Amino acid sequence: MVKERQGSQEIAEILGRHKKEKRNLIPLLQEIQTRLGYLPKKTLQKIANFLEMPEVEVWGVATFYNQFRFVPLGKYHTMVCMGTACHLAGGKLILEALERELSIKVGATSADGNFSLERVACIGCCMLAPVIVISGKIYPKMTPFKVEEVLIPYRQEAQSELKEEKSKGKS
Amino acid sequence: MNFQHISNKAKQEWEALREHSYVLVGTATCGRAAGALDVVDGFNKELRQRKLEVPIIQVGCMGLCYAEPLVTIFKPGSFTVVYSNVTPEVVPRLVDGYIAGEDPCLELALGTLGGGDGDAVYIPELSRFEHELRLILRRCGYIDPENINHYIANGGYSGLKKALGISAEEIITELRKCGLRGRGGAGFPTYRKWEQCYKAEGTPKYVICNADEGDPGAFMDRAILESDPHQVIEGMIIAGYVIGAEQGYIYVRAEYPLAIERIKIALQQAEEAGLLGSDILGAGFAFYVEIATGAGAFVSGEATALVAAIEGRRSEPRPRPPRLSEVGLWGKPTLLNNVKTFAYVPLIIERGGDWFASIGTESSKGTAVFTLAGKVAHTGLAEVPMGATLRELIYEIGGGIAKGKQFKAVQIGGPSGGCLPESLLDIPIDYDSLREAGSMMGSGGTIVMDENNCMVDAARFFLDFSTKESCGKCTMCRLGTLQMLRILEDITAGRARIEDLDSLLALAEDVRLGSLCGLGKTAPNPVLTTLRYFRDEYEAHILEKRCPAKVCPELTVYYILPEKCDRGCEHCVLTCPTEAIKGSKGEVKVIDQEKCSRCGTCLEVCPPEYSAVVKLSPVSLLPSSASSTKGGEK
Repeated sequence: MVKERQGSQEIAEILGRHKKEKRNLIPLLQEIQTRLGYLPKKTLQKIANFLEMPEVEVWGVATFYNQFRFVPLGKYHTMVCMGTACHLAGGKLILEALERELSIKVGATSADGNFSLERVACIGCCMLAPVIVISGKIYPKMTPFKVEEVLIPYRQEAQSELKEEKSKGKS
Repeated sequence: MNFQHISNKAKQEWEALREHSYVLVGTATCGRAAGALDVVDGFNKELRQRKLEVPIIQVGCMGLCYAEPLVTIFKPGSFTVVYSNVTPEVVPRLVDGYIAGEDPCLELALGTLGGGDGDAVYIPELSRFEHELRLILRRCGYIDPENINHYIANGGYSGLKKALGISAEEIITELRKCGLRGRGGAGFPTYRKWEQCYKAEGTPKYVICNADEGDPGAFMDRAILESDPHQVIEGMIIAGYVIGAEQGYIYVRAEYPLAIERIKIALQQAEEAGLLGSDILGAGFAFYVEIATGAGAFVSGEATALVAAIEGRRSEPRPRPPRLSEVGLWGKPTLLNNVKTFAYVPLIIERGGDWFASIGTESSKGTAVFTLAGKVAHTGLAEVPMGATLRELIYEIGGGIAKGKQFKAVQIGGPSGGCLPESLLDIPIDYDSLREAGSMMGSGGTIVMDENNCMVDAARFFLDFSTKESCGKCTMCRLGTLQMLRILEDITAGRARIEDLDSLLALAEDVRLGSLCGLGKTAPNPVLTTLRYFRDEYEAHILEKRCPAKVCPELTVYYILPEKCDRGCEHCVLTCPTEAIKGSKGEVKVIDQEKCSRCGTCLEVCPPEYSAVVKLSPVSLLPSSASSTKGGEK
């Protein structure tokens, strides 16, 4: 609940900084997604009210562009590049290996909320193909074999944070 | 402000820098991905420890992406040396060797870039540069993209200064003489666009720079914006002056955060210097530039769709005419050019249209910027005069095929382009020759494929991309490409009939005719060119259920040769992600074909002295004993 209230305050603050012009729709969606990590349904309603346009039009634009998401991301968002160079170098095998390793399908977030998996068109690092990006860090020249290895530090971090939370809960 | 004053100040700063040693570290996206920021930290630490005051300048991309992180050490009176694949571990050696001492550490060097007394040549200059002619890449990797003075000291904004002193008509005349054609891919003469916008009635007018480089495998616009953003801004200001616009937009992909950051800094510095704003260089001309961030739709690269995106709508193309020069952004006359097109403009104004027209071929003038990726040894960026051959690009500049493999095809122009075979490597690179061969210049993204790439799979990949990125407005593009994709999927899975190839050709023509914009019109190109030049591969998939490159998973199996398997080693068993390999120590290992995911890990980890894992296609080559899943034969 606290989180939700915080979210709506932040949205009000972002809306307040923009003029009520239709051209601001995409920048608004981008800014809110950057802040919240995704676009909750209620937010789209609020934007529609703010810009005085039909909600369906806001949905139309938001679902048109690949950038926008409607479910929360995992703590460690993992992007697999599916550009030409990465494809030729076996990008699909990396994606399959990640799906297996994380037990989620592309586009989904793991049940514990730690990892989410997304395929992206091209991040422009073709010389290092195939590449994946975890929480903004680029991992070059991947192989299916290396997938498990690169996930280790993130899994360890998630686990130790979980322990900390538990011990805090006890005290 | 007076330009002379700005220019003198910039030159003083540049000269002062060059009186002492300094270090350049490439920190464009390619460098960062390879670990360049750790190298910067390493230099800072080592220099601090030794109490040396040497500037570390973060520069853009020199185009030698395969060698990143790249470090260049400039030393007055001595050779400028470029070091490749630098890690923080070798930084102390470079600092002690060439910065504090006189040892140029040649064992770590990639090449030298001139300097020195000329007699004592240590190592050959970077030989690829002999084949290149760098115009818009000439400063990339040498100047600080976040320091406007570096740009100005190296000739920057003098094109604008000159432009403001002559009339719009004179500038259009120079553009006509120079023969520059749009570098976004279609190759429309630039002067015609500018002239139409100049003559168009209606105000205000707008200038838009298209930096929505969505073509997978192309990254030259990103590299230019990250390495030398001011030249693009300067070109836009000149455009604003010519057509009478006050507002410009740079539409950049959200996937390029560093480019966006560096443009922002460049815009701010240009404004502070009086090169943007209400009274540019005291000429009474006002121009402002804003950044619009893309939201991840390939179709936004189409001019009318891009305008829709800036207006806050779904990025769908509309029929032309009317052209954007008549009815553009918010219904007003709009000039839209690609990043590279704008980048050429200041240079053309400065050196004249005749100079530019003297470079290149009869119909395609100037240079072309290419990205080299895929199975080429030296991936990166290159700028060559129009008319150079693909062979030069791939073999002289790109260093040939990586890992000694055999060349198979080169794909130019991304999902809109085509795959060309070895026999066409000697055609000159220009708009018309490439189109004739069934490909197109497109963005200039070049992907090299070797013997291990399957051409049907490559065609399927591009079509899959076009299908996903189709905006859905035109039926043929939305559903026709999907139908083509289904056929290609059938072929790669060994389910297709030979008649399907005719359906594929017929659909390709329908999609081309039935689509409004370039995305749909060119989507069949990868299929058409692969069918034209590599039909035998299609036929092998269909008639023999065989993938010649052993790529398509439905037609390929992995097999462990019992006579080669060492039995004592368990690399494959321990690393197989699906636990498909059976056999304990001392036993021959056997792959359970049901469980195998065709990932190739066993092939990769099997020690080279055994090389026991092989790929087989068609699947029927698999010995019948191996299809059983018992495993563990003594």
